[in-house]
Amino acid sequence: MGKTILEVRDLRVSFEVYGGEVEAVRGVSFHVCEGEAVAIVGESGSGKSVTAQAIMRLIAMPPGKFKSGSVIFEGRDLLTISEKEMQKVRGNKIGMIFQDPMTSLNPTMTIGMQIMESLIKHQRLRKSAAKARAIELLAMVGIPDPETRMKQYPHQMSGGMRQRVMIAIALACNPALLIADEPTTALDVTIQAQVMQFMKELQQNTNTSIILITHDLGVVVDLCDRVIVMYAGQIVETGTKWEIFKNPQHPYTKGLLKSLPRLDQPKNEPLIPIYGTPPDMIQPPQGCGFCSRCESAMRICERQDPEWTAISETQSVRCWLQSAGEKAAAVVGGKEADA
Amino acid sequence: MSQPFIEVHGLTKYFPVGRRRVLKAVDGIQFTIQKGETLGLVGESGCGKTTAGRTVIRLYEPTSGRVLIGGTDITRLKRSGLKAFRRKMQMIFQDPYASLNPRMTVLDIIGEALDIHGLVKSRTERKYRVEQLLELVGLSAEHASRYPHEFSGGQRQRIGITRALAVEPEFIVCDEPISALDVSIQAQIVNLLIDLQKKMGLTYLFVAHDLAMVKYVSDRIAVMYLGKIVELARSEDLYDDPQHPYTQALLSAIPIPDPEAEAKKERIILRGELPNPMNPPSGCPFRTRCPHAKERCAQEAPAFREVRPGHWAACHLHA
Repeated sequence: MGKTILEVRDLRVSFEVYGGEVEAVRGVSFHVCEGEAVAIVGESGSGKSVTAQAIMRLIAMPPGKFKSGSVIFEGRDLLTISEKEMQKVRGNKIGMIFQDPMTSLNPTMTIGMQIMESLIKHQRLRKSAAKARAIELLAMVGIPDPETRMKQYPHQMSGGMRQRVMIAIALACNPALLIADEPTTALDVTIQAQVMQFMKELQQNTNTSIILITHDLGVVVDLCDRVIVMYAGQIVETGTKWEIFKNPQHPYTKGLLKSLPRLDQPKNEPLIPIYGTPPDMIQPPQGCGFCSRCESAMRICERQDPEWTAISETQSVRCWLQSAGEKAAAVVGGKEADA
Repeated sequence: MSQPFIEVHGLTKYFPVGRRRVLKAVDGIQFTIQKGETLGLVGESGCGKTTAGRTVIRLYEPTSGRVLIGGTDITRLKRSGLKAFRRKMQMIFQDPYASLNPRMTVLDIIGEALDIHGLVKSRTERKYRVEQLLELVGLSAEHASRYPHEFSGGQRQRIGITRALAVEPEFIVCDEPISALDVSIQAQIVNLLIDLQKKMGLTYLFVAHDLAMVKYVSDRIAVMYLGKIVELARSEDLYDDPQHPYTQALLSAIPIPDPEAEAKKERIILRGELPNPMNPPSGCPFRTRCPHAKERCAQEAPAFREVRPGHWAACHLHA
């Protein structure tokens, strides 16, 4: 793999709410290499979207606040630079695709203007040059008749089209890193296949790094090399897609994979659900976040946060089942094993 | 084969959209469901699957066509007859957040169904019955006094299921009952639905877009495209040997959470998007995106015919 372009260290994000403090992200560390596609998977409330928004500094403060951590991109900590400096990174060096193409485009601006905006601001292109580039981008993401579409408004387009426009905006300034937050969740499967195909080609052709945030394990396999599994605001397991899908170690990862029906699964073989629900993040559990739903939970799991255990050079897991005996040998303590 | 429990013949539902134009949301569909069977209804958004589900139990008045449930044509029933039939057919909705009244307690949400059909005689009996039902779906009796906002998505969907079960129905339309839920919760709800079906002999029409889940739940599956059923077959047959090019593309588009299978798979990427249902293509509705489209497809709509026993498809390739 190439050199590391993004490194997140011990990121903690909380939100002040009426009932207390929601600890949405609780000490997340990972890195992304050049040209690599990394998936962050987890359920709603696991902290995956907040992690992405923290990297982009898109978290409203208050109620949100960074409790600790750093996000190193191109040698600088994005969490400490000024807002003005951040604006030069956002949309320029790091592009973002949001989940809902219906609400994340400006309904009162033409598609063309929305793409040209960042080209004019970041790349200091003249209007005519920005227009030519915008048409090129629309054609690139597979929108037929881009000249006409430039003059149209978001409501004149379908969901799949709008998501392509979002991708065109995110790619306008040739970002080094693209963060895609559930890019296909709002789309139908046949359109999802089109969009994923496009992102795959993009990654191969331009060497853009991608962070794909999703709850759909199928989509992960298609695009990503490495997978990060999040639960209750923490990373519980990380590894290559082969390791995660073929040899999962964390009970949560195992449970997730088992709760999906296989295409060849007969009806009389029941699905194996994960019982219970995720913990309340206002009072996150003292020990392992998955403890209350875990079938293999031990006494230590309730009391103490598990440490990292390296399974291979690329796979590590945060679970007492792995580290109880050989604690000293394998602990990588809060840091990613393959960092 | 015995007389099917549900028979749908030539069912259509048109919505007027002004200037004398109509949207043909459901355009002449037919299928049957045996007692205790699950028929899956799949398709992309806008294909008319939800409208079809709602029209079958007369939540929408059908434009034309017949729906026979246990031999009675429910499209002809008048008010009182219809109310009696409503007890036999229920619905589970997609959005567990929007389909429960936030100002009613769980006891009243479920109790309301019992009241309407006069199934309980006293308040004590009502409460007892609701508590019994809650336990049946894996909630506890003490949940009865709470409000919907106190529950998680999965729990709310259980409340929605309880409400449907309260009147002891025979037929339930499940309209995307799991698509608003997290992956780890989906399996809980699906297992519950299958379990209840076994215990109570329920018949399901399972509307969804998650093809892997539909295959798992259903005995037979109907695939819809632009208001029409394009293919209908036993689940295994549909997945192992899809006949319609749309079904083939739809199946190949499902991402599989297994790197090995994914590497082997050939994906058919369809051109373009669903045509505007206000202005559907002539002939076969799928021809604008079909990799096998020929001249004939534009001129003549393919008939829905049995290509092999129990396997129906509407495509000129199989003429």
